[in-house]
Amino acid sequence: MRLKTFRERAMQGVFFLTALASIAAVAVICVFLFINGVPAMAEIGFFDFIGGQKWAPTNVPASYGIFDMIVASVYVTAGAIVIGVPIGILTAVFLARFCPKPLYKILKPATELLAGIPSIVYGFFGLMVVVPFIRDNFGGFGSSWLAASIVLGIMILPTIIGVSESAIRAVPESYFEGALALGATKERSVFKTILPASKSGVLAAVVLGIGRALGETMAVVLIAGNQVQIPTKLTDGLRTLTANIVLEMGYSTGLHRQALIATGVVLFVFILLITLSMQAIKSRSEKHG
Amino acid sequence: MDKFTIDNMNLYYGKFHALKDVTLHMPKNKITAFIGPSGCGKSTLLKSLNRMNDLVEGCKITGDIRLDGTDIYGNMDINVLRKRVGMVFQKANPFPMSVYDNIAFGPRTHGIKKKSELDQIVEQSLRDAAIWDELKDRLKKSALGLSGGQQQRLCIARALAVKPEVLLMDEATSALDPISTGKIEELCLKLKEEYTIIMVTHNMQQALRISDNTAFFLLGEMVEYNTTDAVFSSPQDKRTEEYITGRFG
Amino acid sequence: MADKNTSAVIDDIKPINKVTFKQRMISYKRKPLSLVMLLLVALAALLSAAALVFIIVYVLVRGIPNLTPELFALTYNSDNVSCMPSIINTIVLTLLTLLIAVPFGIGAAIYLAEYAKKGNRLVKVIRTMAETLAGIPSIVYGLFGMLFFVYALNWGYSLLAGAFTLAIMVLPTIMRTTEEALLTVPDSYREGSYGLGAGKLRTIVRIILPSAMPGILAGVILAVGRIVGETAALIYTYGSATGYATGLFNSGRSLAVHMYVLTNEGLHTDQAWGTAVVLLVLVFGINTLSAFIAKKLGNKKG
Repeated sequence: MRLKTFRERAMQGVFFLTALASIAAVAVICVFLFINGVPAMAEIGFFDFIGGQKWAPTNVPASYGIFDMIVASVYVTAGAIVIGVPIGILTAVFLARFCPKPLYKILKPATELLAGIPSIVYGFFGLMVVVPFIRDNFGGFGSSWLAASIVLGIMILPTIIGVSESAIRAVPESYFEGALALGATKERSVFKTILPASKSGVLAAVVLGIGRALGETMAVVLIAGNQVQIPTKLTDGLRTLTANIVLEMGYSTGLHRQALIATGVVLFVFILLITLSMQAIKSRSEKHG
Repeated sequence: MDKFTIDNMNLYYGKFHALKDVTLHMPKNKITAFIGPSGCGKSTLLKSLNRMNDLVEGCKITGDIRLDGTDIYGNMDINVLRKRVGMVFQKANPFPMSVYDNIAFGPRTHGIKKKSELDQIVEQSLRDAAIWDELKDRLKKSALGLSGGQQQRLCIARALAVKPEVLLMDEATSALDPISTGKIEELCLKLKEEYTIIMVTHNMQQALRISDNTAFFLLGEMVEYNTTDAVFSSPQDKRTEEYITGRFG
Repeated sequence: MADKNTSAVIDDIKPINKVTFKQRMISYKRKPLSLVMLLLVALAALLSAAALVFIIVYVLVRGIPNLTPELFALTYNSDNVSCMPSIINTIVLTLLTLLIAVPFGIGAAIYLAEYAKKGNRLVKVIRTMAETLAGIPSIVYGLFGMLFFVYALNWGYSLLAGAFTLAIMVLPTIMRTTEEALLTVPDSYREGSYGLGAGKLRTIVRIILPSAMPGILAGVILAVGRIVGETAALIYTYGSATGYATGLFNSGRSLAVHMYVLTNEGLHTDQAWGTAVVLLVLVFGINTLSAFIAKKLGNKKG
């Protein structure tokens, strides 16, 4: 009997320890990124690093300014949002409220498949199809802000669609019926009552999409051109924070390498902020029903 | 004069025969009450009058239903029908927006954009629903913060704002306390001067208090339809008598 | 007999409440904006579907003709750029990653679902951390894996470093799906088991885990899909050596990394298309399997 109690206790302890793994993982990730990245920021000078517009790690003396890349990441993310969010939300509305059942059985798994395509395949497809298309029709090199925005816009679709759809489905049917009973068309009822009522869920979907677009690496590095600059038009190339890491980590040494890690730290901080705001949205929507 | 006429109507949910050969003519500017035990089809019948049953999958209706002599299942615009025939639901369902926007939703739907006009409609509807004094200082506040009784009267005001001709009330007081119920009953008596009211109630006292005519339903069949006084004082059918004397239900 | 007749009669009924196309058009004529919204919504759905179909069909059309025997040659050389070693490496990497992540993921889920008290602060922290992990981009995992496993622990670019990095990455997926699966096990099972005098541990191992197994499995397979498709987290942890990674401390390239290298070099576009097909088929196969298992679970429940 005592042995049994001991075993129960011991296994509970083991389960508890495994549950702590995610806390430990986050802690170790934070610690290692920061202790490897922060000294570089200090050495370069925090504002020279964040605000500097010259990235020339192989020059003598070298410059490590990532401002253009921060802007580029923001631009690319914004582009992806402009393309992915309207299409994604409208698709979610279609799936949740307008889609005939037989069609739903095909369309829903299709949007989920979109999430399964590996980013390298998106990148390759973008490089072979989207980039030449832009080069031929809009000029420039093709590898550009526009190309990255289009491909990322498609990549975030499944996230936006999935999260928005469940938010829309969670809205009480009584709102919809109430609007219909007042003589509103089905479309008006959906867009004026259901969609506004699901706004915190839809907002969460958008924030999640922002996080995905900001963190995407392999697709962007292949199709964005990777020039360190602030693009002035859609067909200009740009280099995101993520691309910078992948492109140069392979051959970097010394302060250059540390600067790349610091780039990762900046990206990590952005993502943490997004995760935090995501959780804030969630807890707010839980409170307000 | 009959506002709504229902002739030889049958309704099926899938294989279930929910309403059997109902014929019922409801006069204008009167309150008609549908009573009967739950599951007798009274709510289903009510929802057929503004075509809310169209949302139910597998629901089939046959027969003839007319509003002012026009077939509502014919070429009448379904949204116009629902504008003319307003509905108050069993559970108050204000939209998650301000009191003002709740009331203005209907008029805006039907093309009224001018602020002054909307202001006037909102005030008038709230006055008609006898809730203006309670809410006039909270027009911009969320409607979800109101009490249950206030929410239900808000929903009545919202229905009135589109200037309907008929008001359908689906057990509109069943979730309310006696005081709120009393207020809404009073309101109905006042409203029937302008509107035709058709209500479903599980509360026989309520039917007796405010309705002019009463139809008794049992198992999908309309057993008896007469003036309320007649139904309650001298029921013609034994089943009606058993129900109103409380032998089942 | 009578019933049969009535059903036949009901089927033959011509209901008056069917909303006809004409009725719809009458409404839309009064409210043209609603028609526009309907078309917009349908157009968006069409675009989403078209994006998927276009990408897949394009990759298949360009890739399938390039699925030559050389592409699957047993040894890699710079002419055949065979993806065989990377396929094997991917399988080994996946198994090792699961070996690390699954016990932690399931253990954590068991703690959260079966032991933790509701509203416990620590549980909240654990959930928040799992969500945080889920939001970290794979390149940051790659960076961390490189700093920690490759350099701090001095494992070098290796199978072990890659597997540990990916294990952390898929941990939240396994945790979440397992916890959901555990929560769908009805309480009556637990009560029944306790009623027979079984302890908590025995109840979990004998009763709850088996009934939650399809859900857990679906989650694990979902994680496999992520592992197989992952690139950014592996380049600087598992590395990109071209041969078979035969030991824990050998570097190798997974299929996705292999494809990245091919694309980046730009010399073997045809083979890259072929490799893309292999990758897509693998990932879709895995996802379909997961969906199939999850659906079976759903049916059993309902």
